[in-house]
Parts: sequence; C-alpha cells; structure tokens
Amino acid sequence: MSYGEYYNPEIETLSRSGIGALQAERLRATVRHCMNSPFYAKRFKECGLTPDDIKSPADITKIPFTTKQDLRDTYPFGIASVPLDKCVRLHSSSGTTGNPTVVLHSARDLDNWSTAVARCLWMVGCRPEDVFQNTSGYGMFTGGLGFQYGAEKLGMLTVPAGAGNTLRQIKFFTDLRTTVVHAIPSYAARIFEVMQQQGIDPRRDTALRILAIGAEPHSADTRKRIEDMLGVKAYNSFGMSEMCGPGVAFECKEQNGMHIWEDYYIVEIVDPVTLEPVPDGEVGELVLTTINREAMPLLRYRTRDLTRILPGECPCGRKHKRLDRMKGRSDDMIILRGVNIFPIQIETVLMGYEELASDYLITLETLDDNDFMTVDVELREGINVDDYNRLLKLEKDIVRRLHDEILITPKVRLVPKGSLPVSEGKAVRVKDLRKQY
Amino acid sequence: MIWNQNKETMSREQMRALQGKRLHKVVSYVYHNVPFYRNRLQQMDITPDDIRSIDDIVKLPYTTKQDLRDNYPFGLQAAPQSEIIRIHASSGTTGNPTIVGYTRKDIEIWSECMARCLTAYGVTRDDIMSIAYGYGLFTGGLGAHYGVETLGAAAVPASTGNTEKHVRLINDLGITAIACTPSYALHLAETMEKMGIDKKSLKLRVGAFGAEPWTENMRTEIQQRLGLKGYNIYGLSEIMGPCVSYECSEQDGSHINEDHFFPEVIDPDTLEPLPYGSTGELVFTTLTKEGMPLLRYRTRDLCTLYQDQCACGRTSVKMGRILGRSDDMLIIRGINVFPSQVESVILSMKECAPRYLLIVEREGNLDTLTVQVEVRQEYFAQGFDTFEPIFKLEKELGAKLRSVLSISAKVQVKAPGTLERSQGKSKFVIDKRVLK
Amino acid sequence: MTVHQLSIFLENRSGTLVKVLKLLKDQGIQLIASTIADTAEYGICRIICSEPVRAFDILRDAGVAVSLCEVFALELDDEPGRAADAIGIFAAEGLSIAYLYSFLLNGKGVLIFRTDNADKARDVIKRNTLSFIPEKDLSKLL
Repeated sequence: MSYGEYYNPEIETLSRSGIGALQAERLRATVRHCMNSPFYAKRFKECGLTPDDIKSPADITKIPFTTKQDLRDTYPFGIASVPLDKCVRLHSSSGTTGNPTVVLHSARDLDNWSTAVARCLWMVGCRPEDVFQNTSGYGMFTGGLGFQYGAEKLGMLTVPAGAGNTLRQIKFFTDLRTTVVHAIPSYAARIFEVMQQQGIDPRRDTALRILAIGAEPHSADTRKRIEDMLGVKAYNSFGMSEMCGPGVAFECKEQNGMHIWEDYYIVEIVDPVTLEPVPDGEVGELVLTTINREAMPLLRYRTRDLTRILPGECPCGRKHKRLDRMKGRSDDMIILRGVNIFPIQIETVLMGYEELASDYLITLETLDDNDFMTVDVELREGINVDDYNRLLKLEKDIVRRLHDEILITPKVRLVPKGSLPVSEGKAVRVKDLRKQY
Repeated sequence: MIWNQNKETMSREQMRALQGKRLHKVVSYVYHNVPFYRNRLQQMDITPDDIRSIDDIVKLPYTTKQDLRDNYPFGLQAAPQSEIIRIHASSGTTGNPTIVGYTRKDIEIWSECMARCLTAYGVTRDDIMSIAYGYGLFTGGLGAHYGVETLGAAAVPASTGNTEKHVRLINDLGITAIACTPSYALHLAETMEKMGIDKKSLKLRVGAFGAEPWTENMRTEIQQRLGLKGYNIYGLSEIMGPCVSYECSEQDGSHINEDHFFPEVIDPDTLEPLPYGSTGELVFTTLTKEGMPLLRYRTRDLCTLYQDQCACGRTSVKMGRILGRSDDMLIIRGINVFPSQVESVILSMKECAPRYLLIVEREGNLDTLTVQVEVRQEYFAQGFDTFEPIFKLEKELGAKLRSVLSISAKVQVKAPGTLERSQGKSKFVIDKRVLK
Repeated sequence: MTVHQLSIFLENRSGTLVKVLKLLKDQGIQLIASTIADTAEYGICRIICSEPVRAFDILRDAGVAVSLCEVFALELDDEPGRAADAIGIFAAEGLSIAYLYSFLLNGKGVLIFRTDNADKARDVIKRNTLSFIPEKDLSKLL
C-alpha cells in the first residue's frame, strides 16, 4: 500500500473548519457516551450538563476538568464508559503509594491508538521496508506496546528490544540493519557512548536514519547533538498513558513543533492557577479531551505539562496544531529516563525502614550523558555502622524496593545522621543537577 | 469450550490429509525461497513433488540449532524483509541469538493458536488476564498478550518483576487468570501470603504455566496456594512461541496445534523416528509459517507423543510432560541458557582464564545464576591494589553476560587456580535446583 | 617517600590467607605490618614486609593473585594527635585517602596510605616537610 507523503491525507490536511466540524460532532458524541461512566454521569448531574449543551468545540469550557486525582479516586474501573467485557487491555501506572491509576482500552481503542502511532511514524518517513527497534520498556509502560502496535500496523519489521542491555541493542543495530529507533534522548546519547567504546561508528557500521525521541524533556541543542552523534534525523514524540501512550503528538519533517492529532484530541492551554485559557503562543498547562475513545474517554484532562501552541501554519501541509517542547511541570513530578516519579513515592519507601532517619536527598545528575538518581538517606542514631555486610544488605534492599516503586534503579547512599544539607530549617528534598535537556 | 471446533476436533483422516497438503506447500515454499533448504533438498535428491502425504515427512532433512546459528541472522527467513513485521530472539549457543521473523499472517496464526489454548483453559472475554512473562524479544509476553486480546479478554501486561505490585493488581482489579512460569506462580503465592492477602478474597481461577519444567506436585501446590486451576502451555520461539501445545480441562497431556505444527519423536542418537508412546526427542515441522518455516526442527526436548480419546472432545495428538533435554541447555527463570554462551563471553575477555563454573540455585521460588570465573594472575600483577578493578570486571562481565543471556547473572571473581580442575570433560555446571 | 606493599586478592574462604603467610614464612620473609579489607565476597590483604620484591616473586611463582605497589609511608611521633595533623594537611589540599593503616615500629608511628593523586601527595609532603620513611630504613628498623 502506498499513501504518499501522508498516512491519512484526508484527515491530516483537513482544513481548520473541517477539523472544527469534526471535533464538534465527536465531542458531542463523547459527552453522550460518557453518560455511561459512573464518574461522569455524576459530574454532569452536579453541573447540570447534557450532551445537547455541546454545539461547538468552544462549548468545551462548560465541561469540568478531570484530574489525576479523579483517576485515583475512581480506581480501578469507576471512570470507564463501557463494561469490562468490552475491554481488551489495561495499563496501570507505577507505584504502590496511594491508589495507582488504571487506563482501559477496547479493541477499537487499540486499533485507533496503533493508527495514530503509525501516522506519526509515517509522517517522519518510516516505511514498511524499515527495521524499527524499540528501546522502551514493555509491559505496563506504554512506550513499549504503543510503538510496537503502531510500527507493526505500518508494516515495519519491529524489534522489541526492550529497555537497557545496551551492548545487545548495538549488536542488533549492526546485525539486523536497524534503520529506525525509538529511544529517550539520554539513552540515545548513552548508546552512542557505548558504540564509541566498542569502536562502532554509527555512520559507517549501521543503517540508522530516523530516531523517535520523547518521554523526557530536552532542548533543541540536545536534539542537534544526538543527530550529529548518530547521523540520524531525530523527531520529538509526545504521549502520556492517560491518553493511550505515544502517538498523541509528533513532529513532522519540519522539526518545528509536534502536530497534535485533533481528530483524536481537543487541545486547550490554560493558566494552571486561574484555569483560564491562554492565547496561542503563550505557555500554560496542557489540557486534553479525547474525542474518539471508547473504553475510557477523558474530558478536559489536566496533564500538568507546561507548553504552548505554536502560532502559524506548518509548511508540511498538515493543519493540526503544533505543540512546543514541554517546558516543565505544574507539579513536583520528576521525569527521569522517561519514567515519571513523584518524590512522595521515594519518601514512602524510605519511611518503611526503622534503620533510617527522616531526612533524605534525591540528586539527579548527568554523567557521561547518562541521567541517574542518587538517594542519600540518613541512618538513625545508634545504628551500628561497623557491620559492613549488614549496611550493604540494607542498601541493596532499599535499592530493590525503590526500583519496584519507581522502575528506576537509583544509587543509594547511607549517610550518618545530620550530614544532609538543611536550608532555612527545611530539608532540601530534590536537587536537579542534570544537563539541561 | 473450543475456540476452533473445525480444526481442534477434526477426524484423524481429515487432519492427516490437511497436514499432507500443507507439508507439500511448505516444502515447495522453502525450496523456492530459502537457499539453505534448496541446497539440502537437492543434495538429498528431493523435490517438493516427492512430498505427497504427511508420511513423506521422513524423507526430509532435520534442522538444528546449529543450522540457525550458521545462517544468523536472516539466512533461514523465507519471506522478504518488507513482509516481516516482527522479530523475536531466543538463546543461541554462542554470542549470537537465534532470530525469528514473523509476517502479519504468522502473528495472526500465533494469536489464534494462543486463543485456542486460553479457551481450553476456560478463559473467556469476560476474564481479566495478567501476563507475567517477560515482554520484548522473549516470545512469552507478546505471544500470550496477542492471544488474550484476540480472545477478547482484558490483557494486563504486568511483565516480570515487582511482585508486590502485581499481587495488589490481582486483588484490586479482580484479575481472574494469569500467565507466568510455574516457579513465578509459587513466588506470587509466597508474596501474597506475606502481604497477608487471603486467596479466598481473590478472583483468580485459571493459570497458564509454561516456559520451564514443572511437576504434578508443583501443580497441586500452586493450585492449592493460589486457589486456581493450573494448565500447562508449551512452545518454543523457533517454532512460534507459546501456543504449540496446551492442556485442556482434563489436565492430562497437552494437545498439539497439529494443523500448524507437525510433531514427531525421534531417537536422539540414531535419529530414527519412534512410534507413539516411546520417549524420545521432540521434532516439529511448521506447516503454515511464512516468516521462518522450519522442517523437522530438533527441539532437544525429551517427551512422549500419544493419542487418546480425550473427554474434552479434541482429537489432536498429545504430548506428555517434558522429561529432560538431549543437550546441556539450562532453563533459568523461563529463559534458555547454554553453557557455551557463557563460555563465549568469558573467552572474549582477556582478563579471564578459560575456567568457569555455572551455579544454578532456586532461592525461595526464584532461580539464580552465579557465574564464577578465574581471573588470570597477570591481571592482578598489573597494579591491583583496591577493590575497584574487581568491581569493574564484575560489572563488565555482568553486562556482557546479560547482553548474551538476556538474564542477569551474579559474577564472582575467583583467584587463579581456585576453581577445581576436573578430569577429562570438565564439569562446568552445578544445578542445585530440585523439582519437588 | 613510598615503600613497597604487597596486595593480595583473597576470596572470603578459609585457608587462602594461611597459604600466603606460610609461603612467606618458608622463605624467611618477615612481616612488618598487614591489614585485611573485606567486602561480602572478597578480601584484599595488604602486607609490608622485609624484601618485598623477593616476596612478590615467591608469591607470584606460587600462583597467588598478588601485585606489588607503592604506598606512602609517613613517620610520626608517638604522641596523641599526630595522625590527625598529618591527614588534616591532605584534606586541606583536597586529597582523599583511598585506604590507610598505621603501626608502631621502634617507638615511631608509621602511617601507610594511598591517595587518589600520588603526584600531588608527593608535592604536599615536600612542601609541608613531613617526615617519611624510605624503604631501606624500614628493614633497618626491624
């Protein structure tokens, strides 16, 4: 099959008014469908909203916001709009702290999700002849299965390499002639570093040409540096598990902003304090409404990601709006190597040990282009520090529990009581020394 | 319940006719698309027209792991690259893995065969099934996953690790079915008991267990501790992945998806085919595969084939439990490990002497692999004074082993001359696991 | 300024240390000081002895995982606080100590250590005119 430049020309080049009409229709249908969700039915009743109140996309402001807390409060299935037997997939957020969140998908949702990812990959030049290697973790982490399904849908040969094991990743690049890679920026840099150690020149020894990078904030300079290292074109990818996963927004070949698929989402940018919309071009919190989800539509979901809409038209011909790079968060969430971490998760694990005092320090650093986390934690007074093996065992146990909680293996250092910095009587909890991506 | 009434309950005559037709087709396909097979068949003076019925299969040559190794990575692939949409990798015997390519149709057949297995266990679209096999290159995770979605049940891609979180999901989501290795099932039971969760409060009712050998005693224990019925699932990535055979409600032998995978049992020494009922090495021929079809692939698994009047109504040939291996392969946490893979890594490191020992243990219910290796004396003589170089070596060797084995091994550096020299053929492996 | 030290890799199991000490004893080599550092898996035995070069050859020929390295040896007066003074100087210069041990020999305190920057340590010792023990004097003190 051949689509030319666009995977779905009709939708991708749809005019603004066409997009508006499609959104009005789909938003109304979504609101009607959400009446099946116990959570939304109650919300609508509370604010007296009916599907008939939605006549144009602008009417979206009549709908209340949905937050991550709402997802937690309705755990596990309270927000779903279909019965469970219609669901074929479930993803759950990491963590054992508080209620996790659950995202459900029907067979149709999976198909739509795969199509969105395939559309993104096609946009940057991926074709069925390509060999696509995915360095995301699989399982609950949506970067794995999300890209897998999309790449298979497009018809590329997909290599589900999974996270880590850099030596093997590189072996596959050379042996299987991989042309497209999905990786987070810090890992792409790490791959290059190991290639150098192994005497492998990416231009000479591999067929790499396209890199999909996402899940971790990074700068334009970093992208340029990674492109130069690996001899590839790198394109930004944006996704989040509440919205399916990858495939929400993606850069086109212009490399100037990520097109957000407006046949899937209605995008708003609001002031995180007043919750009032901000004009295009100004930074605010990204709010997304799904308009073609079946199992679990979300209305005006506050992503907590700070970004802006790039004004103007894109020369690529796609009329879908473009999001700028993510500028940060409106909460204290840390994004490390593509994984979302809240400091409270770490604190909860540490507080479970009677050997530990209550002060700790999370340090995020970049070493040889690799981001990592160190957790310094104070030992309680009176702990016998002479028993090396016992301390080692304790340290290992903390590392294992933290890994279980946050899916990242931090370095843990047990330090004597009173040795961590204190600022104005309040302990500093997070120190971010990472190279600015 | 039966997923595919037509294929799973076909009369023996019809099945053999179908197999014969498909065998002719696959032989013709590889003859024209895989130079390796064409050469082999030409050497033996066989053309596709010599294959007229399934009985003619004995004329065909065997395929071995060594053949896969010699043709790494894509030499045995029959479909063009643009038709291949996925690869999986399994353990090779040296530093190179075995690469298996799948076309879209292969994935569809795999998913259907998997749906047949799940249906035989009693899983329906109302179930929520968590998959605790490793995802990614290993066929266990994605194989089971696509099957669950094809069936229409809700798939929870739990993958491996973080058992406490998994137990919590089982409890909170009301998960009814689980796919994992039998040893992981026991680990799950133990974790659950430690967390003070009563099996009676769970909705678990079905377990699909495979990827490693297990016993009837283990089944009884798992069923009792998790409060479910446990069924065997068998498969290997060279042939497809999990779905090659499956137990039914009778829990007595595994039905083979014979319309896709033709089974034989042979004497591993003489390579003579053995009749049903004899124990020997299991050999499979893929009858419908497009990506990488294999003729008479020697699995090295030892077992028995038999046919009975199964009360479930399925008419397919069954295989008994895997009784062992005809080579030195180890199965650790469901992953195949060849001692020769470890050796290839050790020989690639100049600091290491070619003397090593693999120790496999089961701590609690989880397997661990320790690799002890002697370091050359010269390495120490060159300014060794702190632990740093030892840790660095451990780390480097650990990373290389992981890249080749796909599982992490604990590395222990040994001083020169401390590993026992054994007479003649060295004993490189100590397997301390005892299956109850 | 530096003396020779034998560093021996030991696994944490009985018998390995005895073997090393017996080899030295049989060849009439006398220990001046020794210390063992250990982790859960491994140990390193560090030895200052008479005739370290010959001792190294003996152990190496016997297949022991041994290296011969140079470590700093400072001489201190045998009175309270001298070690603190000496280490304080290194700390002030930004040098960190990889390991350190000490012993008394004929009424003199001896401090053996390794730093992360040997050249700088040499310079610090010179500039602060710390007294050190040349290797030949160690044997003389016996």
